[in-house]
Amino acid sequence: MGLLMQSLVDGILIGGIYGLIGIGLTLIFGVMKIINFAQGALMMLGMYVTYWLFTLLGMNPYLSLPFSAIALFLLGALIQRGVMERVLDAPEHNQLLVTMGLMLILENAALVLFSPDFRTVKVESLSGVLALGNIHFEKTKVIAFAFALLLTFFLYWFLQNTYLGKAIRAVAIDRDGAALSGIQVRRVNMITFGIGAALAAVAGTLITPFLYITPTVGEVFILKAFVVVVLGGLGNFFGALVGGLIIGVSESLTSVYVPGNYKELATFLIFILVLLFRPTGLFGRKER
Amino acid sequence: MPILSVKELTKRFKGLVAVSNVSFDVEQGEILGLIGPNGAGKTTLFHSICGFHRPEEGAIFFKGEAITGLNPEQICKRGIARTFQIVQPFGNLTVLENVMVGAFNHTNQAHAAREEALRQLELVGLSNKVHMNMTDLTFAEQKKVEMARALATQPELLFLDEVMSGLNPTEVSEMIELIRAIRERGTTIVFIEHLMAAVMSLSDRVIVMHHGKKIADGQPEEVTQDETVIEAYLGGVL
Amino acid sequence: MKRPYVIIGLVWLLLALAPLVASDYVLHIGILVLMYAYLSQCWNIMSGYTGQFSFGHAAFFGTGAYASSVLLTKYGVSPWIGMWVGAVAAMLIGLFIGFLSFRFRLKGAYFALATLAVAEILRQIIQNSEFFNKTMGILIPLDPNPLMYQFESRIPYYYVIFIMATLLTLLVYKVSKSKLGFNMVAIRENEDAARSLGVDAYRTKMIAIGLSSALTALGGTFYAQYLLLIEPPLAFASNVSISILLPSIIGGAGTVLGPVIGAFVITPLGEITNVLFSSTPGVQFIVYGAILVLVILFLPEGIVGWVLKRMRLRRVQKGPETEQTTGKREKYAHLKR
Repeated sequence: MGLLMQSLVDGILIGGIYGLIGIGLTLIFGVMKIINFAQGALMMLGMYVTYWLFTLLGMNPYLSLPFSAIALFLLGALIQRGVMERVLDAPEHNQLLVTMGLMLILENAALVLFSPDFRTVKVESLSGVLALGNIHFEKTKVIAFAFALLLTFFLYWFLQNTYLGKAIRAVAIDRDGAALSGIQVRRVNMITFGIGAALAAVAGTLITPFLYITPTVGEVFILKAFVVVVLGGLGNFFGALVGGLIIGVSESLTSVYVPGNYKELATFLIFILVLLFRPTGLFGRKER
Repeated sequence: MPILSVKELTKRFKGLVAVSNVSFDVEQGEILGLIGPNGAGKTTLFHSICGFHRPEEGAIFFKGEAITGLNPEQICKRGIARTFQIVQPFGNLTVLENVMVGAFNHTNQAHAAREEALRQLELVGLSNKVHMNMTDLTFAEQKKVEMARALATQPELLFLDEVMSGLNPTEVSEMIELIRAIRERGTTIVFIEHLMAAVMSLSDRVIVMHHGKKIADGQPEEVTQDETVIEAYLGGVL
Repeated sequence: MKRPYVIIGLVWLLLALAPLVASDYVLHIGILVLMYAYLSQCWNIMSGYTGQFSFGHAAFFGTGAYASSVLLTKYGVSPWIGMWVGAVAAMLIGLFIGFLSFRFRLKGAYFALATLAVAEILRQIIQNSEFFNKTMGILIPLDPNPLMYQFESRIPYYYVIFIMATLLTLLVYKVSKSKLGFNMVAIRENEDAARSLGVDAYRTKMIAIGLSSALTALGGTFYAQYLLLIEPPLAFASNVSISILLPSIIGGAGTVLGPVIGAFVITPLGEITNVLFSSTPGVQFIVYGAILVLVILFLPEGIVGWVLKRMRLRRVQKGPETEQTTGKREKYAHLKR
């Protein structure tokens, strides 16, 4: 019983991170109708920003959050303006190919610049666990989860209550209508992609204390992020969060109860099942 | 026996009844006009007969055989072809290649399909444009290609969905002549149309739909004088 | 109009005679070029012509490679036979994907993601399986024997893949001019319109997927026998899927020669990058990624597609001689003096 609870807790904690990456993906899809294959690579770059600030300046990873977020926001906006804007009306498969190409470039550039060596960020003061009964909460994972949750709610508030947030939602609902209402769609697109990238970066930074850093780490996360987003419904904000939690928990339970390294397999099976039976996701709308 | 027999056809979309209990027959060789205000369910009726929608209730008989619920390719193989309200070209293919896709319905040989396609393109008057891309054609020409394409499947019954929309008066006259020529060759035609001049000129018989129901069925002159029909058009000029 | 065919024929002849004069290394590059031309052409059948975009062709490639290699190393079956087992296995996987997509209406991006997921699932399964040697892969013992699909020199390998690529390209050419080819393209362009014209979309798609997957597997066996090694990242990684689709995108998806020309462009480039930057792995795929992005942005129809477009434009601009234009020319001809 204790094992089950522990496994659930671990799953929920990591699920928050998956949710965060998923929210970035779903935001980009909602506004631009593009599935961003490079989301995992962007997360990986955020991790490296944190790593280098930690190694070169001794900066605490959590302090590096604004830096990795801003850096990747700028990169995201740049990518959108330079590349994505040109394929907004291209056939779907071309959009996928472009983001895939971007993923290749970013990932392999990191490989060349930083080498495939696994790197870690270890913060002494934050290591260790909190104990509640006989369930252990790793401090770093708790912080990551708490922050992810906070950020999710803040983002929701932002989208509901600020002008920019409403503009973003308007473009997501109807691009032409938004343009006719005076919204600068191009700028919204840029900012949205930037926010999506920043969210990935934040997720990356939050994981650095407890996960190794390597150029290909994004690959593992991007596929999970897809599953999360499809599970929650493409374009659905809270769906992504819930999807993340579900995937996190299923992974955790699988790795505990099924021998062998099958936790990723469980994720993919869920993916296939969702694609087959509810491609619009648990909360998604019928539009495809 | 009528070539097409529609009995109590009903098509629902999650609570919205698009086609409600519609019944009518189509006699072989006639030109039947289908009119009604926008949103009356005319195109949905076409879709339901041609296999794009599965009707919830009702039955459809073609040459005596039930075709309800068959899929589009099966319907075509039986001898029913259609055009679309918004032209659906094979964009990256040439005019000739577009029509050949239809022609392959009755042959496996490329050269036979080619000849059939050229024949149909000559009928619609596009022989000098066979190698052009669809995107280089005028709107009227694209509609003609779509008709040639449907005709290449050698249908006994042809459904035309607003072929005249967007055409200028000259093009409309051409199209009317073309439709007559198609009927002369033995094809039965059912056509949706908003252009009343064309409807009056072509139709042997007219059916009127409104809010998914059939509200009139008869000679063009009768139907256009029918009170319920006039009301349905909200006092618009018929 | 016959000129393009003559040129193609000459190039083919040159390629056929190349092993007689080429150095061993050039021959190696040639083999890789032909192999990717072959694999991409397989992808082209399903994705370029029929429009069913696959991002997970590595699944079929890896299945072929693993099937023949396992049968060889564990049961002594010659890969000449094993490769057909691989082809059938891959075809079943492909048909299964096709069936699921039809049954559950997976289109476009969802279909592509599903193929990606299948490739990943296979990779995970293989990596976890004792029978397939987990992450260590399968090593094929060095023992040149033509009957066992292993040759001493590169030249026989070259001719094997050369013949495969030639036959496949001829097949695609014939199909593109046939009813099946027209049906495939019609489905790609507008599936609803195609069906209303009598095209059996499901059957056509299944044929395309079946052919594509089975033939890709044969390429997988070739690769395993050439390299004498197959392991999960070499067989099933997304890099493989990308390497398979890239030549078609560059050369022109949905054209007969697109994959071939694309392979000639990208494969040597990849190899040169590998050699120049052998100490820093990863440059090759930066180049691949950059080219992919650039091609989609600026040459989305590919090289062959672009050439065809230019040829057609020129024909349209010249235009047919009609009574009107001829008459006008004659009427004003005297003014030219």
